Amino acid sequence: MHELSIVESVVDAVTQSLAAYPGARVLAVRLRVGALAAVVEDSLQFCYGIATESTPLAGSRLVIRHLPVVAYCDACAAEVELPGVQSFRCPHCSAFVTDLRQGRELEIESIELEDALEDAPAAAGVAS
Amino acid sequence: MTTRIVELRQGVLKKNDELARGLRQRFQSAGVLVLNLVSSPGTGKTAFLERTLRELLTRGLRAAALVGDLETDNDARRLAASGAPVRQINTHGICHLEAEMVSKHLDGWDLDALDILFIENVGNLVCPSSYDLGERVRVALLSVTEGEDKPLKYPTLFNSADAAVITKIDIAEPCAFNRDLALHNINEIRPGIRIFETSSKTGAGMEEWLSYLEAERNRLP
Repeated sequence: MHELSIVESVVDAVTQSLAAYPGARVLAVRLRVGALAAVVEDSLQFCYGIATESTPLAGSRLVIRHLPVVAYCDACAAEVELPGVQSFRCPHCSAFVTDLRQGRELEIESIELEDALEDAPAAAGVAS
Repeated sequence: MTTRIVELRQGVLKKNDELARGLRQRFQSAGVLVLNLVSSPGTGKTAFLERTLRELLTRGLRAAALVGDLETDNDARRLAASGAPVRQINTHGICHLEAEMVSKHLDGWDLDALDILFIENVGNLVCPSSYDLGERVRVALLSVTEGEDKPLKYPTLFNSADAAVITKIDIAEPCAFNRDLALHNINEIRPGIRIFETSSKTGAGMEEWLSYLEAERNRLP
């Protein structure tokens, strides 16, 4: 259960990048998670709610894009997508594959921001 | 209000990965072979390491160990009896070692005076797989008491390993350990990986393992 540490790293990284967007509100954080990343989506979501409390990310959504393992098959001379992580063989020719091209990712892909109104009078008091 | 998407494209564990890269360079320039040992609790990592350290020292190789546990320094005391320099890392609840913990515990150690450094990770087959410690060789260990399907249950760890060690082979028979199936499963997850079948008690398989360590040490750039 290292999902909390992982989510805390996400919060730190996003908070740092927000310095470039003063006043912006975070709506969503998008992650790319490979099939070999060894993290569980439910745990990530659960920890995200806790770890974002009282941070600039509070109330934002965590959106996870799952990526299958992609390997290079020497026999087929092509990149192939594996149907799972129970056998590292080419799904077309059954040869073993060791050259992985995708599947270990644990990346912050992007953040979705809502910019503050540039000319809004302070008194307008945008509720957030 | 306008919304927009800002691309970050950044590894979540970037900080750890950068630290690990720095450690790897440091280890390489000091000429020390570093191995990260990962297994479940109870596989026999410490007994295996005890025997390994002792035998390396008698071969004239300068070996040392960093040992990770949630609590207690029991393992460090056990390993120190081999005569090798040993330090305990207590994670106090964290289920894996991180590069920063390794870096901190190297303070004051002269890496140039070492040939081989072992990092015994916290007993856990899941979380340690995500954290690079700057090692050159990641070793996945599995005992004959654990079931032949361990590699299938924990593919991330086994797939990221550079070598696999089966421990406690002296009790394989009473455990009805299916050797062929275990070897097959390891190979399905990490095709072509070097597999060592060992017993820390009888010393079976140790010769091959020690020769591998020596060869890896000599292969360092």
